[in-house]
Amino acid sequence: MAPITMIEGIRQAMFEEMDRDAAVVAIGEDIGVYGGAFKATEGLIAKFGRERVIETPISETAIVGAACGMSFLGLRPVAEMQFIDFIACCFNQVTNFVAKSHYLWGAPVPMVIRGPSGGGVHGGPFHSANPEMYFMHTPGLKIIYPSTPSDAKGLLKSAIRDNNPVLFFEHKFLYRRIKEEVPEGDYLVPIGKAIVRREGADLTIISYAAMAHTSMEAADQLAKEGIDAEVIDLRTLLPLDRETILTSVKKTNKLLIVHEDTRTGGIAGEIAAIVCESAFEDLDGPIARVTALDTPVPYAPTLEERFLPNTEKVVVAARELAKY
Amino acid sequence: MNHPLTREQHLELYYFMQLNRQLEERMVRLFRQNKIVGGLYSSLGQEAVSVGTCYALEKKDWIAPMIRNIGALLVKGVPPRDIFTQHMAKYTSPTQGKDGTSHFGDLKVRNIVSPISMLGDLIPVMTGVAMAGRYLGQNIVALTWIGDGGSSTGAFHEGLNLAAQQRAPFVLIVENNQWAYSTPVSRQVPVKNLADRAVAYGIRSWIVDGNDVLAVYNAAKEAVDECRAGRGPALIEVKTMRMRGHAQHDPAEYVPKQMFEYWKARDPIVLYEKYLSENKIWDSKTKSEIDARIERELDVEQKFAEESPMPPPELAEEGVYCDGCHEIEAAWQRPKAELMPPACSIEPGWQVKDYGAFAEVEAIKKQIAAPIVSSGGNGSKVAKPVVKHSGKPPQKPAVRVMEPETPEVPRVPFGRGPKDKSVREVPNPRDRHQNPRDKRGRR
Repeated sequence: MAPITMIEGIRQAMFEEMDRDAAVVAIGEDIGVYGGAFKATEGLIAKFGRERVIETPISETAIVGAACGMSFLGLRPVAEMQFIDFIACCFNQVTNFVAKSHYLWGAPVPMVIRGPSGGGVHGGPFHSANPEMYFMHTPGLKIIYPSTPSDAKGLLKSAIRDNNPVLFFEHKFLYRRIKEEVPEGDYLVPIGKAIVRREGADLTIISYAAMAHTSMEAADQLAKEGIDAEVIDLRTLLPLDRETILTSVKKTNKLLIVHEDTRTGGIAGEIAAIVCESAFEDLDGPIARVTALDTPVPYAPTLEERFLPNTEKVVVAARELAKY
Repeated sequence: MNHPLTREQHLELYYFMQLNRQLEERMVRLFRQNKIVGGLYSSLGQEAVSVGTCYALEKKDWIAPMIRNIGALLVKGVPPRDIFTQHMAKYTSPTQGKDGTSHFGDLKVRNIVSPISMLGDLIPVMTGVAMAGRYLGQNIVALTWIGDGGSSTGAFHEGLNLAAQQRAPFVLIVENNQWAYSTPVSRQVPVKNLADRAVAYGIRSWIVDGNDVLAVYNAAKEAVDECRAGRGPALIEVKTMRMRGHAQHDPAEYVPKQMFEYWKARDPIVLYEKYLSENKIWDSKTKSEIDARIERELDVEQKFAEESPMPPPELAEEGVYCDGCHEIEAAWQRPKAELMPPACSIEPGWQVKDYGAFAEVEAIKKQIAAPIVSSGGNGSKVAKPVVKHSGKPPQKPAVRVMEPETPEVPRVPFGRGPKDKSVREVPNPRDRHQNPRDKRGRR
């Protein structure tokens, strides 16, 4: 099979799942005739029609609320946020209604909310967010943030088939920048499983989404300096794959966490706490982190570059950590 | 249009209203005995709304009640023990003690979506239920309630707009009980009738006396029938009165005494009892039989709840995720093939009527307004909601307000004091309308 981009992987997942199951519907703004702001749903309406590709007014609360209501009757809606930043508009609907339904009154909500996230494309403060941690703090949700075309496809298909509400973050910097061959057939990637992208002995770098690629580049550079880094791509943030994290830390004894989200309250803090609770005696050095600044995402390229982590910053932090 | 009811149905309406009231009266006593774990929210005086609206639904239809719609749950077949146990946080309650009050649902048998405390959220959710029902060919109607207070939320607007855009078979009951906690309607919204807002969504609306159970039922039946026939959504404003405070802790001293007296004289159950007697639908013997039956049933149900255990502490850790505990399968009532390619495939594209040109705005306005006007018929350009009444002593007639009222207090731009010259010289907004040029220039 020819290599495909991440956006194509997402598109294929939508087509395949809607072909497989009439209960799968798509709902969102401009997802039909226009094909979505990033063309993730291009061609969907021509094939599946207006009943299955539901174009809505600009109403994130109504989109998520309606998708939730549809799921109560056994449908499996995939709701698109035009940019994931706008999920803030329906925060209440997601965190109070969707996330709590199963725990409180035994109502499963099999729906997916997907949308483009992340910076590096000069989208400015309202089109570049990584809001995953608002939702990490919400029991009842699952959170996926893939970094490759095949993971995006396989995880989105799994998310659609999952009986729980899944937030599916798509890093827009990766949409068309990487290509990969995706396994043929009904390809599924299990939710809740991290992957070791590169084996190493000296230290562990944990990351996800665009920063997984940054971490891999940093590891290549570190290898030239004689530092053998192991790189883990989390893929699913909630539920977090504690086992893969702890196994790696127990092997390398040093941990660096890299994320594009802002620093305070980022996932690095949670992972550090888990490692301190369960592998404290295995650590040979302090847990380090490379993250974005604690600021909104700035617009100008010079400012955004300063804001975001990059290979250089990861290499510097890893070098320091390796000294222990 | 009146939808005639049989004698049994008339009596059933009474049974449910009285059951609703007696159940809540018992819970007040339990609350005073410290047997209710959290808050207790009364629907005293609003029983006709919950019962009359829900009675217009079929078994397959869906509801999402609000906190004061226990009567609707009873009509849907929820046993009173569920209400008792929910309030007492018992393990035997529908949520096993994980939530209280009317916060529970039933996706499998009774088609009930659980309410949450964030007002307005249920409107988009029930719009989705209505859309899914249509998608699956079930021919259902989804109905929920919102208070006068909740009608100010953003979710109300987003949900109703989506419902209207989708022509969803969805009925919204705006339960105007005059008070949002301690704030009267007149201090929440600048319109006299909350139903006026339906015009802005291009949907049908009714205003109905909420203390007249037959009027409520008739309006709801009409709205439900309209929606089932594919002419939804619909909005009904029911005017009623919350006869207690927001919850048990609130003595409602902010409510003018005369207002309580006015509405007390219009108690929905007393009015209906009178109607049943005057129309010889029942006699005192029938009434005592029904009342005795209610007491008997509630004795059993309350005993069950009081004797039920609290949930075991470890339950707190369970049930956050569905790990295969539920089988999810839609109940298809139409061939799936209709929704699969090639049957569902289309030529994508938009058709924009009249290209959105200004010249056609008036015509479009008429198109939207026309189906709403069904009483009055005085040629007014503004659509009128239908005012329902079942022929009993008239209440204050529901009158539409045609023009926006001038605010009592002049609006002062933020950061400026009333002495600011530019503020003092703000022209009266009404003057603008007298200049035809200005009027034409406004959108």
